[in-house]
Amino acid sequence: MIKEIGKYFMFLGQLLVNRERFKTYYKLVLDECQGIGIGSLFLVALVSTFMGAVTTVQTAFNMVSEFVPDYVISQVVREMIVLELAPTIIAIIYAGKVGSSMASGLGTMRITEQIDALEVMGINSISYLVLPKIVASLLMYPLLVIVAGVCGMVGGYLAGTLTEVITPNDYVYGLRSSFNPFTVTFALIKSFVFAFLVSSISSYKGYNTQGGALEVGISSTQAVTSSVIAVLVADYLLAQLLLSK
Amino acid sequence: MIKIQSISKSFGERLVLNEISGVFEKGKPNLIIGASGTGKSVLLKCIVGLVYPDNGQVFYDGRDFYGSDRDSQIEIRREMGMLFQGGALFDSKNVESNVMFPLDILTKMTVSEKKDRVNFCLKRVGLENVNAKMPSEISGGMKKRVGIARAIVNNPNYLFCDEPNSGLDHSGLDPQTSIVIDDLIQEISEELDITTIVVTHDMNSVMGIGERIMFIYKGEKLWEGTKNDITHSGVKELDDFVFANKVMGSLRTSS
Repeated sequence: MIKEIGKYFMFLGQLLVNRERFKTYYKLVLDECQGIGIGSLFLVALVSTFMGAVTTVQTAFNMVSEFVPDYVISQVVREMIVLELAPTIIAIIYAGKVGSSMASGLGTMRITEQIDALEVMGINSISYLVLPKIVASLLMYPLLVIVAGVCGMVGGYLAGTLTEVITPNDYVYGLRSSFNPFTVTFALIKSFVFAFLVSSISSYKGYNTQGGALEVGISSTQAVTSSVIAVLVADYLLAQLLLSK
Repeated sequence: MIKIQSISKSFGERLVLNEISGVFEKGKPNLIIGASGTGKSVLLKCIVGLVYPDNGQVFYDGRDFYGSDRDSQIEIRREMGMLFQGGALFDSKNVESNVMFPLDILTKMTVSEKKDRVNFCLKRVGLENVNAKMPSEISGGMKKRVGIARAIVNNPNYLFCDEPNSGLDHSGLDPQTSIVIDDLIQEISEELDITTIVVTHDMNSVMGIGERIMFIYKGEKLWEGTKNDITHSGVKELDDFVFANKVMGSLRTSS
């Protein structure tokens, strides 16, 4: 375990040495952004809309006291979505979709000697293949989290108003009352950390694949598992560091 | 010229290469031969630096590869071209982009210069009108030829070929393509006057282009010579390897 973590940090150390020209990375990053961002948009919007809707309905179901005003429902939805559901749950979905794709792509390149071909040309394959993925992830994942936050609240609004558990005015009032902007900053900090963890861990697992097609599948699964564990641990540490009083 | 000195490599307890030394001359294909699992591909990877040997040195025209710093190693690597067993073409790029890739990364040529060079190299390996095809749309033999075109596109000083005929062996599916690839490697080595190392276990390649041959057996270099001497080397392990081939075996029987 310690050896593996050490190898991971050595892998990260290779990212910034013997880089190619900026122009080379520019196109690669744009390609990755398209795959990661546009390719994940539908799934992220769908999942977050339903998360918002379910959170609204379940919060309303648990509001048994008449002394608690209805707008508290949307306050709870807002805090849950901004603080946890949008950055963390979407990170887990992101690890499953993007992380596994990164690992299997790099794993296939490894077993078909495409990575060796880059090395023989004198190209730092880690920097050439992995750096664009991490940069694109850092650029796109925070945007996906923002989309998830908006979709989650819209989903909550639709579910709440269509089932008449809350009025539109109460919902909007709840979203705006007692709003602490730091929660959004916190969510964005988390999104950068999670983007880095998922992309770097998945790339590490894929890059170090050895064997054949079976091992590519194993690397892909390990990439998702390790990324999810890292995201959950980082989530707790960040909450403890930035939110504890 | 490439010179190797006392190359040794172990994987765990298993000694794969034991103190192998030799010289690979310019202008002709230098063959490393041996049965499967004898360590010849590992030796090739040690020579190009894809696997680091436990001991030993590799000299590229006098430049000590493993004794150099990282920048000097990259300089040497940028003078290499390599044909991999499966071609190792980039799946996401078409034939033209695959061949152009080293020029995109390593040179400052204009787009039209690069296209001219790519078309020249593709023509040289006998491929035309395939520029837009993806690697998945071309045959195994064509992939090998695209691999050769990519390996020579940046005018390398050193060319390495790992089992260039695997999947196309002479006795198997595509004997004609195998001969074409062997001839191509020989012609290119002579034409460009570069140091070429070919790893193979194919006896037809050995008899076709084996001007200089190194025989590896269980990680040891047992013999060195030319195709003219290979049938009377006096080395039992080499005889077993050479005459395991049906055609060569029939020659042995008839003699």
